Amino acid sequence: MPEFGFSISKGRTIDFDLLDSARTAALEGDDSGLIKCMDCGTCTATCSAGAFSDFSIRKIHTMFRRGQYDGVAEALSKCMLCGKCTLVCPRSVNLRHAIIRMRQTLRTSVPDDDDLRHYLNVL
Amino acid sequence: MKHNIVIIGAGPSGIEAAHCLAVSGEHVTVFEKMEDPLENLRNKAFLFPDFTSASELTETFRTKLQHPYITYRGGTSITDMERMDGRWVLTTDRGEKIDTDDVILATGYRPFDASRKEELGYGIYNGVVTSLDMEKMLLRGRVVNSIGDLPSRVAFLQCVGSRDSKVGNNYCSKVCCITAAKQAVEVKKLLPEAEVFIFYMDLRMWGQGFEEIYRSSQQDYGIRYIRGRISEAAGTFDGKVQIKAEDTLTGLPMKMSTDLLVLMVGMEPSEGTRMLAGRCGICGEYGFARSENRHLYDNVTSREGLYLCGSCKRPMCLEDVISDARSAAMELLKSR
Ligand code: SF4
Ligand code: SF4
Ligand code: SF4
Repeated sequence: MPEFGFSISKGRTIDFDLLDSARTAALEGDDSGLIKCMDCGTCTATCSAGAFSDFSIRKIHTMFRRGQYDGVAEALSKCMLCGKCTLVCPRSVNLRHAIIRMRQTLRTSVPDDDDLRHYLNVL
Repeated sequence: MKHNIVIIGAGPSGIEAAHCLAVSGEHVTVFEKMEDPLENLRNKAFLFPDFTSASELTETFRTKLQHPYITYRGGTSITDMERMDGRWVLTTDRGEKIDTDDVILATGYRPFDASRKEELGYGIYNGVVTSLDMEKMLLRGRVVNSIGDLPSRVAFLQCVGSRDSKVGNNYCSKVCCITAAKQAVEVKKLLPEAEVFIFYMDLRMWGQGFEEIYRSSQQDYGIRYIRGRISEAAGTFDGKVQIKAEDTLTGLPMKMSTDLLVLMVGMEPSEGTRMLAGRCGICGEYGFARSENRHLYDNVTSREGLYLCGSCKRPMCLEDVISDARSAAMELLKSR
């Protein structure tokens, strides 16, 4: 193959075939209703934690729903469970509840970080 | 007093149905709760998708209403109706009883009351207006901010009172996406210097010519579209409005101050639609009136001699309403 001096950067492509969405499936029959989300971003707009850090709860739960878990547990640890996002959601997703469930689902997957594990375990 | 056909509501659908029946030789009485017909249409400036002036249409409908076979009864509400001995008996707010063979319900919609979304600040901050207020400003040819000056920034927000389970309306109101694009273009025509934004969740440019208005709004008028729903609005000390949203396509929360925030209010069934559909047992989803079958019998109901047309059934645009009124008239004539 001739060298063109550039290549497609593999790291930026989400290979859907390689994603293991088992943990997302665990949330599917869940009563938070997260699967109804239409990605409107109202939760992020109102989020107390998002106002002070680069945390976007909509982006994080979208990643979770896609089965992309990298960094999701760490990000979720920034949520202070104030529940404002739940108040504003036009699809009536109980996002606060979904966040607790996502944390529970993910805590087994962060073996090396005791602080984070502890944090996710608190709830 | 005997009437052959009664139409309740003198909006575009009621008048169009009445006129079709009248030219077919039927005598029709049209009841309207307001003195003057066409209340919603009279407050519009221009119509999508071709920017026709709404007053042209209003005049056409007024002329139609003057057909000699049509009796217009403005300022009279129908407060009750029931089926008796194979006829409909209607009660007016003056206690009159009207006896008729057939009734066409053309009671239409009402705009969503934006003050129900308290977090968006309508009725609290003067810089927050609805699409109806904007239409009235466009009708006067002068768009102003809360202190009467020309705005340098205008932000539209889609889906207010629609697609929102918090207010109990899960449905899409169908016309507000294109209305926002149309109003944004008109604002830009009046105020070429102003920055105009549209906050949306999905852009539903479903009709002929709609996508072209969307494209032209970007290409020719520089309207900017931001994919995110505004969570709240707050007044600022200088009479502006500060809004919060997520720019979902970049994944970042954003703040913006604007001179005007325009809430694109959705369509709900009018009081008359709710009440009469309820009385006749044809109440459908969200209080709209329910037809027998969406595909084949969309103007007839489960009740004999009771027909439906227009936005009493669901959100509809004007073109659809007019065709639907004609089809209701045809259904009625077929049954004769
Ligand atoms: S507010 Fe609700 S629908 Fe909108 S992005 Fe957040 S969870 Fe999804
Ligand atoms: S509960 Fe968490 S994600 Fe929701 S608004 Fe509060 S801090 Fe943000
Ligand atoms: S037509 Fe557009 S603005 Fe109106 S409810 Fe539907 S999606 Fe929202």
